[in-house]
Amino acid sequence: MTENPLRSRKAEWLVTLPSFLWLALFFAIPALIVLAFTFHAHTTNGGVGEWSLSTWRELVDPDYPAIVWNTFRISFEVTFWCIVLALPCAYAIARMNKKWRAIVAGSIMLPFWTSFVVRVFAWKTMLHPDGWLQSCYITWLELREWLFDWLPAVAQRVLVWAGLASAGPVDPATSTILDSDTAVVLVSVYSFLPFAIMPIYTAAEKFDFALLEAARDLGAKSFYAFRKIFVPGIRQGIVSAILMVFIPAIGSYVIPQMLGGTDCVLIGNKIFMRAIQNRNIPHASALATLMAVSVLVPLAVAMWWKSRQDARDRKRVETRAARMTEGGAR
Amino acid sequence: MSEFLVFDHVTKRFGALTAVNDVSLTVNRGEFFSLLGPSGCGKTTLLRMLGGFERPDSGRIYLEGRDITDLPPNQRRIHTVFQNYALFPTMTVWDNIAFSLKLAKKQKGEIEERVEEILEMIQLSDQAWKYPSQLSGGQKQRVAIARALVDRPQVLLLDEPLAALDLKLRQHMLLELDTIHDQVGITFLYVTHDQGEAMSLSDRIAVINKGTVEQLDGPAKIYEAPASRFVASFIGDTNFFSGEISAVEGDYCYLAVDGFPQIKAFNDKSLKVGQKVDLSVRPEKIRVTLAPPLPEKGASINVFPSKVKDIVYQGVYTKYWLESSNLRIAALKPHSRFLLDQEPITWNDDVFVWWHPDDGYMVEVQ
Repeated sequence: MTENPLRSRKAEWLVTLPSFLWLALFFAIPALIVLAFTFHAHTTNGGVGEWSLSTWRELVDPDYPAIVWNTFRISFEVTFWCIVLALPCAYAIARMNKKWRAIVAGSIMLPFWTSFVVRVFAWKTMLHPDGWLQSCYITWLELREWLFDWLPAVAQRVLVWAGLASAGPVDPATSTILDSDTAVVLVSVYSFLPFAIMPIYTAAEKFDFALLEAARDLGAKSFYAFRKIFVPGIRQGIVSAILMVFIPAIGSYVIPQMLGGTDCVLIGNKIFMRAIQNRNIPHASALATLMAVSVLVPLAVAMWWKSRQDARDRKRVETRAARMTEGGAR
Repeated sequence: MSEFLVFDHVTKRFGALTAVNDVSLTVNRGEFFSLLGPSGCGKTTLLRMLGGFERPDSGRIYLEGRDITDLPPNQRRIHTVFQNYALFPTMTVWDNIAFSLKLAKKQKGEIEERVEEILEMIQLSDQAWKYPSQLSGGQKQRVAIARALVDRPQVLLLDEPLAALDLKLRQHMLLELDTIHDQVGITFLYVTHDQGEAMSLSDRIAVINKGTVEQLDGPAKIYEAPASRFVASFIGDTNFFSGEISAVEGDYCYLAVDGFPQIKAFNDKSLKVGQKVDLSVRPEKIRVTLAPPLPEKGASINVFPSKVKDIVYQGVYTKYWLESSNLRIAALKPHSRFLLDQEPITWNDDVFVWWHPDDGYMVEVQ
């Protein structure tokens, strides 16, 4: 008896329909509404006015490029530190025995039992200018300054230009962690670290650790084996971890609002400001759209580049294999 | 010449369990050496200590006169073929094999030459750009061997390398392993619980039980002259007759077994009357016939009446389970025209079992 292809097609549609509906209702339609808002003018009482391109014209604000750059820079920094910290953590947890694994993985999730805002507020106390974290921070800044002086002038200028270093000497009175980029990065790393550990840990748990032994056996040092065998082996987990951290970091506004002071305004704060304080929904929508596009476009380019690279690799492998079989036949 | 590879009074404990108990043994250069024993006997621990993955609690390990006991795995020129192959899934066959050469910082041209040479040896040149997941079990096995051999280690360790393969492939790989060993001339240390594998490949075998070496000999010696009851029963099938020496007569002695007539055996251990001993007689050495052997033969050999309890046809031969007094005896009979000059034997037949006194081997004298 053969299966009717049309019927199985229909069954497939029926099964996938609920998820399609769910996606359409709660993702696609709201996203399109937000997009539509951007082509409207705002009204003085906080509503959405008639069709117009005025919102997009307003978007040419000289502040915005700096804010977008700041947002991306901080998100990259947060993602970088989260991955760097999550890799050894996930590795260590995956190597524990079952009992300890459950305990440690559980305690990583434990902070989620407390409200996010309360936890961020607690950091405000911990980062107080009279606290010990502040004195650690001053030491760190001095160390950084000392290292900075060693760099060639070109590298110094690049770092200053990118906002990753300041040219002036450390002044303990003005260099407080609280109300600075550093506080935002620090607390963001703290908040998003579990989102980085979990996908990497899930991948690491499935990783065959005998492979590390095999690498050591063939002459690799432990760290080489970690880099060349473990990290590629859990690649998928790292990719999800990057997305899990980078996307919320791009849109975060609570942490910069509470700990970033007046210097650290990110795009999330601007959207919040426009939507709630200025009651300009179209403008907030335009910013949100801009942000989504600025994430999605590089992502699409990266994916396209990767698939092209894969195709090229495959081609190379095929020609090489063909050449070798020819050689064998000769 | 100093000894090649030496375990010197090596002991390893895991908690209360002593996995390896004061083992001393020497492996010669170029030898195919097997560690044979049941699972959990400590053979894998011995191998892991040699690979550098475990450190002995006491004792030393020497390779070419150099103490390697405390060296990490990456500083030993000893490579392992793991039971589940442990091929790197993110690398192609080619990159898997080139891994150790790249680590040794060899020239690019030399790496290519060596990898291609060994790919040819394992006949996988056309699979070089595939990933391990695209290979069959036998191919993975060959890649694992090639990866471990390519930078010519001092010793190659093989940890039950054929356990995951099916019977036909296993037999094929046995031959292939033997050929590879002959080609490369590297010392192979082979861990297995399969006595057939060990027997067919090894120059020498160390039979291991409960963390100690029970016997270290060539395959034939281990089969024909087992050093202990454990060795006799672990290597192949055997019948045990336990009893006391009742008389000694020249080179031979007589064994009194409870409820059984006297058994004549070759007295190679010069036992005295009254000593207790286990006699091992391999099933294939025992003949089963309906009629007793000719009288002139019967005088010098062991002949006992018996009853057929069970017959198991096994292709190459037929196995008979017989009962004499209270003892169960196993006997094998090959199928050959020369041996079919008698009436066929069936269940509950009264038969005679007979064997030559030289075919019994006395183990475990108490």
